Amino acid sequence: MYLEGLEMIGVLVVVVVFVKVLEHFGWLGAGYDDSVEDELEQSAVRHRPEGLEQLEAQTRFSRKELQILYRGFKNECPSGVVNEDTFKDIYSQFFPQGDASTYAHFLFNAFDTDHNGSVSFEDFVMGLSILLRGTITEKLNWAFNLYDINKDGYITKEEMLDIMKAIYDMMGKCTYPVLKEETPHQHVEIFFQKMDKNKDGVVTIDEFIDCCQNDDNIMRSMHLFENVI
Amino acid sequence: MAGVSAWLPFARAAAIGWMPVANGPMPVAPRDHSKRKDELIVLNVSGRRFQTWRTTLDRYPDSLLGSSEKEFFFNEETKEYFFDRDPDSFRSILNFYRTGKLHYPRYECISAYDEELAFFGIIPEIIGDCCYEEYKDRKRENVERLQDDQEENKDLKLPNMTARETMWRAFENPHTSTMALVFYYVTGFFIAISVLTNVVETVPCGTSTQQKEVPCGERYTVAFFCMDTACVMIFTVEYLMRLFAAPSRYHFMRSVMSIIDVVAILPYYIGLVMTDNEDVSGAFVTLRVFRVFRIFKFSRHSQGLRILGYTLKSCASELGFLLFSLTMAIIIFATVMFYAEKGSSSTKFTSIPASFWYTIVTMTTLGYGDMVPKTIAGKIFGSICSLSGVLVIALPVPVIVSNFSRIYHQNQRADKRRAQKVQKARLARIRIAKTGSTNAFLQSKRSGLLDELLELTGTEADEQKLSKSVSLLESQHYHLLYCLEKTTAHEFVDEQAFEQNNLETALQSYTSPSPSPSSSHGESTSTCCGCRARRKNTPPYHHHHPQRGPLQELSAIHIQCVDPASHKTSRSSLNQKAEDGGRVNCRRGQVTTAIISLQTPPRRPPPPPIPPQAPPSIQTMSSSHIVKVSAL
Repeated sequence: MYLEGLEMIGVLVVVVVFVKVLEHFGWLGAGYDDSVEDELEQSAVRHRPEGLEQLEAQTRFSRKELQILYRGFKNECPSGVVNEDTFKDIYSQFFPQGDASTYAHFLFNAFDTDHNGSVSFEDFVMGLSILLRGTITEKLNWAFNLYDINKDGYITKEEMLDIMKAIYDMMGKCTYPVLKEETPHQHVEIFFQKMDKNKDGVVTIDEFIDCCQNDDNIMRSMHLFENVI
Repeated sequence: MAGVSAWLPFARAAAIGWMPVANGPMPVAPRDHSKRKDELIVLNVSGRRFQTWRTTLDRYPDSLLGSSEKEFFFNEETKEYFFDRDPDSFRSILNFYRTGKLHYPRYECISAYDEELAFFGIIPEIIGDCCYEEYKDRKRENVERLQDDQEENKDLKLPNMTARETMWRAFENPHTSTMALVFYYVTGFFIAISVLTNVVETVPCGTSTQQKEVPCGERYTVAFFCMDTACVMIFTVEYLMRLFAAPSRYHFMRSVMSIIDVVAILPYYIGLVMTDNEDVSGAFVTLRVFRVFRIFKFSRHSQGLRILGYTLKSCASELGFLLFSLTMAIIIFATVMFYAEKGSSSTKFTSIPASFWYTIVTMTTLGYGDMVPKTIAGKIFGSICSLSGVLVIALPVPVIVSNFSRIYHQNQRADKRRAQKVQKARLARIRIAKTGSTNAFLQSKRSGLLDELLELTGTEADEQKLSKSVSLLESQHYHLLYCLEKTTAHEFVDEQAFEQNNLETALQSYTSPSPSPSSSHGESTSTCCGCRARRKNTPPYHHHHPQRGPLQELSAIHIQCVDPASHKTSRSSLNQKAEDGGRVNCRRGQVTTAIISLQTPPRRPPPPPIPPQAPPSIQTMSSSHIVKVSAL
């Protein structure tokens, strides 16, 4: 018996539909997607900080201050570590008018001293100890570390420009006077004129610390946040 | 924002990163005048004691618990705050302070919850996304229920109603008076009579002198004609009365019910006109079909019919989908069946449109059997056709059914339209709250200046008074934003000010060299004014001005303003004083200051032959125009 053209097509269609149905029920080996289980891996990171005594020894905070800091920290991040996205989220809430994510990225790298992609309570509290209770030199060191994006010991104009743009981004659009394209560039120029003593195009840590110590304004403002906690 | 208030100290500490970059001095940090340490406070809500840190409650200073309003509830003997409210609802309110998210518990009555929120000064819009849908649904149900109750009480007759209004009310709501009820039943009766007449007209009743049977309509022509006339007259009178009583005749004529009325009575009149003309009797017969539309007049009498109509209207998209998919499937299968059956002899599938009938009958599983495939291919495709027909039809039907039930229960609300409006309104409110916080910063910035000026002059008492108005958290946050402003030498402004400034700063590269004794602040990098005489420090790329002591700054504040006239109106308007006309350059929040922005105050008279083009005018007006404002 010969199957004519359309009949053959008809039979083919039936066969194909049958096969697809079988495939869907997993008998012919296509199988289910295992994508669901992958997603469970990423959560469930927990971190418990070191004891209160050790932290007290390593930082310049008192016991009570550490308690207050930890309560706030844990409230916002119950898992005990902050990853970059959460960090950006938190920091952006303080600057509703602009976009704080770039600067938050740089801050995150400055706090994440062991570069493992997350800030634990120890990192957090060490950073704060330097910023709030450290000597002038330590604070300036920290600031230099923040500006030095690739941590090579030199601040280049490109790195400074990135930082400056990030800072200006936080201002947002509605500023007075209106922010222009070249404002960050100008600001970087001023900075380099002030800081780069030997005019070699980069600012080293010594130039930086020297120059800052000679500037009254900067010295005064370094003491500004001492009573934060 | 307050959810992350614990991180504010961190953000402030990190602000040290801006210090080496900044070109000016930073503002003074707000001092923590309250010597309180973080203490536990006890909230006694109808006997159940809740305890929390004071700073937790301080996160939301514009609510009852976060402000000084709670002092009214302080119980001296037991040293706790007593609230005579529901402790169960209080749980979710206190959790809001703790976690920053407000949840709506499902077991709670919606109006009780609203009352609690209102008491504690929390706006419901900040309910978290997880619970917001539920909250809104319940709220809408409640509102609808209240509205329904109200509508049932509308039977009271309002005193000053004209006859027309009374009639309209009687038509719309038959329960208002006896007359209306009588009218309602009479019209209902006549609609039924009319429909029955139409039906009975076609029934064959008995034989006449000829052999074939004759429908009743032709046998008792006169009787039926009289009946028809009577009904049509009643309908016409009713329609005219409704038209007369309608508050908006135009709207009434466009409404569905009136169109149905018109369609119901028109065939009669057209028939009257056309009886003598034999040529169009065919059309005349067709017109009789339209008489059946009288049955739709029943929808005024039946709520269910109206709901059915609304359902179909609201399910228009599902019905459309059903139709579209059916059409697609019909065409496909008809084509296939036609070509499959082409080979067989004496086949009924003579053309593709002819196969449409088979496809429809098969897909709706009717299966009359008048067209049957004979070839194998035809049978295969025919079975596929009937299987797919079941699926395609079964899919949209439950949606239509559930729609009907929903509408029936909720009395024909257009939910989608409502949801959109609510969503928009909600987003607008959240946006307003957010800009409210920015505006709060801008406002406190201006008033905060006075704060710091006073600090300079050293009057402690005034300082204490002022600093109480803003909570410590807020003042610290504002100080942080202020430091950012100083670092970048730009200020935050709100949106309107920004738009206006945009217009003015279209002219760039304009500096303001002025021998005026005011100290301009190093804020502006390009055009416009420096305002707000404050402490020193102009950045090096700006003109220096002689500086004055703080006392002098308090007494007179000089504002330099740019002349924007070049891009506005003609020269002639320059001589007039312009009211604020979009000039929001500098503003102080103090009550006693008055700001006048002049377009051309004649500090020195403008040279008479002023060319009216923009660039030269700026150059001639290069000396700024000073506005003297007295403060305090």
